[in-house]
Amino acid sequence: MELQEGLRIKNVEMRGIVKTFPGVLANDHVDIDVQAGEVLALLGENGAGKTTLMKVLYGLYRLDRGEILINGEPVSISSPRDAIDLGIGMVHQHFMLVPSLTVTENVVLGLKSSRGPLLDLEPAAKRIEALASKYNLAVDPYAPVWQLSVGEQQRVEIIKALYRGAELLIMDEPTAVLTPQEADELIGVMRGMADSGRAIILITHKLNEVMAVSDRVTVLRNGRLVDTVLTKDADVKLLARMMVGRDIPQTRRTDETSSGEPVLVLDNVWADSDKGPPALRGLSLEVREGEILGIAGVSGNGQRELAQVIAGLRKVSSGSVRLKDKDMTNSTPAKMIQAGFGYIPEDRIADGIVRSFSVEENLILKDHCKPPFSHGIFLQKDAIGKFADEMVDTYDIRTPTTDTQASHLSGGNIQRLILARDMSRNPACLLSCYPSRGLDIAATEYVRKKLLDVRAQGCAIILISEELEEILNLSDRVAVLYEGQIVKVAGVDDVTLDEIGLLMAGASSAESDGSGE
Amino acid sequence: MQGVVISDVIVGILATGVRLLAPFLFASLGEMFCQRSGVFNLGVEGIMMMGAFADFFVTLRLGNPYLGVVMAILTGIVLGLLMALISVTMQAPQGISGIGLHMFCWGLSGLLFRVYVGFITTIEGFKPLPIPGLASIPILGPILFQHNWLVYLSILLVPISAFVLFKTNWGLKVRAVGVTPQAADTLGVNVNAVRYQCLMLGGALAGLAGAFLTVGQANMYADNITAGRGFIAVALVYFGRWNPVGILLGSLLFSIMNSLQLWIQVLGINFPYEFAVILPYVVTIAALAVAVKHVWAPTALGKPFRRESI
Repeated sequence: MELQEGLRIKNVEMRGIVKTFPGVLANDHVDIDVQAGEVLALLGENGAGKTTLMKVLYGLYRLDRGEILINGEPVSISSPRDAIDLGIGMVHQHFMLVPSLTVTENVVLGLKSSRGPLLDLEPAAKRIEALASKYNLAVDPYAPVWQLSVGEQQRVEIIKALYRGAELLIMDEPTAVLTPQEADELIGVMRGMADSGRAIILITHKLNEVMAVSDRVTVLRNGRLVDTVLTKDADVKLLARMMVGRDIPQTRRTDETSSGEPVLVLDNVWADSDKGPPALRGLSLEVREGEILGIAGVSGNGQRELAQVIAGLRKVSSGSVRLKDKDMTNSTPAKMIQAGFGYIPEDRIADGIVRSFSVEENLILKDHCKPPFSHGIFLQKDAIGKFADEMVDTYDIRTPTTDTQASHLSGGNIQRLILARDMSRNPACLLSCYPSRGLDIAATEYVRKKLLDVRAQGCAIILISEELEEILNLSDRVAVLYEGQIVKVAGVDDVTLDEIGLLMAGASSAESDGSGE
Repeated sequence: MQGVVISDVIVGILATGVRLLAPFLFASLGEMFCQRSGVFNLGVEGIMMMGAFADFFVTLRLGNPYLGVVMAILTGIVLGLLMALISVTMQAPQGISGIGLHMFCWGLSGLLFRVYVGFITTIEGFKPLPIPGLASIPILGPILFQHNWLVYLSILLVPISAFVLFKTNWGLKVRAVGVTPQAADTLGVNVNAVRYQCLMLGGALAGLAGAFLTVGQANMYADNITAGRGFIAVALVYFGRWNPVGILLGSLLFSIMNSLQLWIQVLGINFPYEFAVILPYVVTIAALAVAVKHVWAPTALGKPFRRESI
């Protein structure tokens, strides 16, 4: 490995870092270090304190105790400005881009201009092009950011950091939003940056990425350091145990598919997006009794609109939606619920619950005007309380009381609440959108197990997910959604991960058949 | 003969329209910078009142309308700082704090007027400053080039604002912190400092707008002299879609409707006076309802910025 001239950072060390938020100890005496020229993976479950630790390093959070050293010298980082000046860059999980500005404007934002108070966009655009070609990060410097794909936006984020001379680059779950192919490319880019003498910290909970790109792994659990190991001395099983603290069997479908009649049928559905152009372009699918149909696709290809159309939240411009042989085209959410439709929405806090309502009120939202929960115009407090207690037990919702405001629950418990409400109604059809997004391993496995339970009861389930592994482990059949159309439907055992990945990226069905073998 | 009179009336309506443009332009261009940076300042009307009073008082006592204008601008900056303190540093809800600022300024300007002046009196305002050569062009001359210097300044501020917003480093920061302040923050931009600067600029321009009402238009001061112009200016920012040229068009539409209403009264046309007064407001509401919707609004508008939140 040859070190590039002029790089200042040889190593960065964080010692005894303590960071608390009201009621939460996010980092508890954590030590990590990273050397120039290496990729350090920072591994841990959601809530393990990875992002908090890195936000401390980038100056977004102030540390309560501990110290940061660069090349052995203590440094003080109290704002992103300080971090940037020291040569630290960060690519955030939720992109920090201004959608209304162009790529170049986003890159030069906050920097001094060579023309004094005036912007110097032309030379900046040239430098961006140079960086882009050096690190294989193709992007048009003049394009407005809102027009870019997620992959391109991420490249802009990396360029932003490199443009500022970042020598330590922190990447926060960079592959979460990418197709498998894009993720592979990104791993190549990270390796290339490390080989040119920069230090990379990769935050992730994906074990295969850790194995593929990192030199060393630091594992955090519940805000504490578990250990740091060399990647070559580790394996996936060991890392998983370090991360979770115990062995967790992966939930997967084991029994054979025994699906029955079609329950939900969409035929040639067209629907507009919020911005105007159609998001669904002649989409057809059917889901049968007792099966899980997984919908794979890069987000933004119509998943949101598809879910809304099925739930009765978005009008179709043509085509039809049928539920149990009844025409439900452009029906209302209330009618869908009446007809036995259950919904686990993508944004569980905004769409899944009423935040200011109590747990029990949220549990009866869909049946509040029916006996036993209401009698005439009056709510029946006793019946509601009894039902809520039962649900809290059955679905293991961790809440102080059933009167607790739902917004005080953790993400995993909010999801259990939603599962309890919708699954206890014995739905004929269940639409489940990103059900494990943002949940830790235990909650994720619980949600997956529950989905398989309702499937066993004969429910027709649609599973929209960004995790291909989740789709392949749970589904009977998988459908690939690309630009508002289902481009392929197949039994899970008849397709490969590569093939699905290519279809998600827009390769035609024929091409992917060729390369998938 | 008849034809000459009608064309004179049309020129008169347009010339008055251009003169009435200035307070709307000053106030709404200032408010545009505030909103672009993410702060919704409903206190513009109040700041205009205070600017109008400060200008009137200084001009009355010292006899120099230029000193009056300077005082109005300084008053506006101080009130802009106050709004920034309340809404940016203390993070109070912006709509309420803006209305609070307005009520405070209304009360204070009325009180100061009663205590220190107490009677209606006129002051020496700015004289029209015809631009040599251009002012004598038929039709265009009287419409555009026979006004006082504040009118010219307000129109010049349109291209200047556009240049500052789109071609300078500071303008880029303003556009960024109003859409995604978190992103600007991660690049080392001081979000709250930019918002303070915008509120002070907006305050200065609102003060200037108020000053125009006393030394550029009425040559006197009365309670509630602004008569809702500050609120119209806030609406014009939406109408103009946070763009100086759009704001110019909106202001022009509004001031010409206003001028038309005045002329209807002056000419004694048989048209109920009350309807004539309502006219500009109705047109503005209608225009706002059909204005272009698909533009990048400052999406962080109204949201205080906090870095450490989980």
